[in-house]
Amino acid sequence: MDTVVDMAKAIKIQAKDVNVFYGEKQALNNVSIDIEDRSVTAFIGPSGCGKSTFLRCFNRMNDVIPSCRVEGSIMMGDVDVNSLQTDPVLLRARIGMVFQKPNPFPKTIFENVAYGPRIHGLAQSKTELDDMVEDSLKKAGLWGEVADRLADQATGLSGGQQQRLCIARAIAVGPDVLLMDEPCSALDPIATSVIEELISELQQRFTILIVTHSMQQAARVSQKTAYFHLGTLVEYGDTKDVFTLPKNEQTEAYISGKIG
Amino acid sequence: MNNPIEMIQPDAETQARFEKIAQGLKKRHAASRRLKTYGIMAIVTAISFLAILLTTIISNGYTAIQQTELQITLTIPAEKLQYDDGAIDPVKARNFNWNGLIKKAFLAEFPDVTAMLDQRALGEILSKNAGYDLRRLIEAKGSIPVGETKVWIKTSDDVDMLMKGRLDRNLDEAQRRLSNQQIGWIDSLVADDRIRLVFNDTFFTAADSREPESAGVLGATVGSVMALFVTVLLALPVAVMAAVYLEYFAPPGRVTDFIEVNINNLAAVPSIVFGLLGLAVFLGFFGMPRSAPLVGGMVLALMTLPTIIIATRASIRAVPTSIRDAALGLGASRMQAAIDHILPLAAPGILTGTIIGIAQALGETAPLIMIGMVAFIVDVPATLTDPATALPVQIYIWSDSAERAFYERSSLAIMVLLTFLITMNISAVLLRRKFEKKW
Ligand SMILES: Nc1ncnc2c1ncn2[C@@H]1O[C@H](COP(=O)(O)OP(=O)(O)OP(=O)(O)O)[C@@H](O)[C@H]1O
Ligand SMILES: [Mg+2]
Repeated sequence: MDTVVDMAKAIKIQAKDVNVFYGEKQALNNVSIDIEDRSVTAFIGPSGCGKSTFLRCFNRMNDVIPSCRVEGSIMMGDVDVNSLQTDPVLLRARIGMVFQKPNPFPKTIFENVAYGPRIHGLAQSKTELDDMVEDSLKKAGLWGEVADRLADQATGLSGGQQQRLCIARAIAVGPDVLLMDEPCSALDPIATSVIEELISELQQRFTILIVTHSMQQAARVSQKTAYFHLGTLVEYGDTKDVFTLPKNEQTEAYISGKIG
Repeated sequence: MNNPIEMIQPDAETQARFEKIAQGLKKRHAASRRLKTYGIMAIVTAISFLAILLTTIISNGYTAIQQTELQITLTIPAEKLQYDDGAIDPVKARNFNWNGLIKKAFLAEFPDVTAMLDQRALGEILSKNAGYDLRRLIEAKGSIPVGETKVWIKTSDDVDMLMKGRLDRNLDEAQRRLSNQQIGWIDSLVADDRIRLVFNDTFFTAADSREPESAGVLGATVGSVMALFVTVLLALPVAVMAAVYLEYFAPPGRVTDFIEVNINNLAAVPSIVFGLLGLAVFLGFFGMPRSAPLVGGMVLALMTLPTIIIATRASIRAVPTSIRDAALGLGASRMQAAIDHILPLAAPGILTGTIIGIAQALGETAPLIMIGMVAFIVDVPATLTDPATALPVQIYIWSDSAERAFYERSSLAIMVLLTFLITMNISAVLLRRKFEKKW
């Protein structure tokens, strides 16, 4: 066993020279990054710099946008994300996603969480499915609030509860990577802190990539921070280094609130 | 304590700006008031035209809800109609001269009318189908009344019109469909209380006929319902599949653009063109039966298809993309996302679009005429390939007839058609209200 105390974690995902185009317009320039396993990596940067675009590269959600073209390689273990052989359906089962605006299905709370396991055929029986739903809701810290109203409409939950439901829905499929695009931007400070705690807890089991506009949030929840500017990855390193001793002056300016 | 507070005043420049805005305000309010008046005027105009239309139709048609009948006393010769055991022999009943029986009984009540022409004029008071009606009455009853019986027989449509005040007595005799002599007889019958107006149930239970008093709207209604059934069955699944494909699977490009433009073009093609197409392809090439609701439904389906496709695409687009992203993000395939999440949410819109398309098809006349659904058909169709006509075509046929009584029935048929249309449109609105989801 390694005896180094401050050992670097294993690499979970490796992105190399990723370029993304919307039609003629280039949104990302040669982005290369190594994402650590079981850690939280924060993507920060001014609006329109390509954070969401980059995040969507990992589970091929850019496929949905007709004008969007992705180049470069993203390897997750031996899976080549951008390869034509890779089935996006399988990929998205392995990489869950939580969106900026809570987007529960207009169905019951139970149906929301059960949908993923159901389409992937993960549960053999009704009891197993029930267990999976309960387990996911517990992991998302929502079980206590909804245990006795699983049959209620999910749209009747509060914004923060809906977002945690979306997290539960994503982890019910059993992914090992979670993508979160500004998951707290529609929430108040209390709901935000609940989600942040949740992220720290989920980090034990998942590799989490999170886009955020809040420096404080990035500083609180992440181990690694990547700063993007106009489609390029300007700085990437340990969060405490990026925030205390930024190497790049653009990063410095952004963090201290001079741009963005 | 009410200490007067020294309030700060805006500086002169700001003050001037506010003043300028206030000056323009009067004009702006006047303009919006003017626009409001125009809007109200437009709506009032539209509503009054609608009111005129409805009043005309109703005042022309409401009398058709009743039919004039005449009481006759006659004896039915049971021995000529029965088997030995007393049951009615259908063959004998069919061959029996019922009209003759009725006419003889009626003439017997006017012994002083002896000249052949006069007798003939007297007979014209009776419906030509009186015999048929009486036979159906007896058959329905299952037994033959013994001895003298009083029966109510339909009068001819001319007498019907006279009784409803739709035939002007003061008109010159030569221009009237009833002579002075006939009117005299009728008046004497009325004086004897032997003429009555009753609910015209024939109108709702029969198909077309040469005689207005025997003509009904049921045949055309059933024809319409059958055709629309075929239309929904064909158009709805095809249109929904086409819309889903275009929204979710079609690769963007020239071919898709071409299809898209042509769907919109198709929606604007005059309906008679679809009729010509049906005539050439379904009847000419595939040799399908003429006048059949099946073919009518197929033609109407072609016509309704673009309407439903456009409505479906619009309601699919109205579903927020966040729902689609949520499903895809979980690893649902595009088809699963569409079937599990998008279509259920789009369903109310699809349903409303379909109902509106079907309502359009219900009022369509020209394409049905092209494929022969304009024929004169006296039987209510029983299957999809039986010859039939449709409500709007029936209206067209009747409104074109010489008899005043058909004209009246045509208006009543319009009311029936409008009732169906209004019901459909109201249900479209209600369905939309009921299922509209907020997210
Ligand atoms: N669907 C699209 N079609 C065309 N251009 C797009 C599309 N989505 C994003 N872009 C462009 O790509 C660039 C990066 O956008 P992206 O959404 O990734 O920014 P972002 O960093 O997430 O911004 P924000 O912080 O505001 O969410 C922007 O210039 C944007 O205009
Ligand atoms: Mg974004």
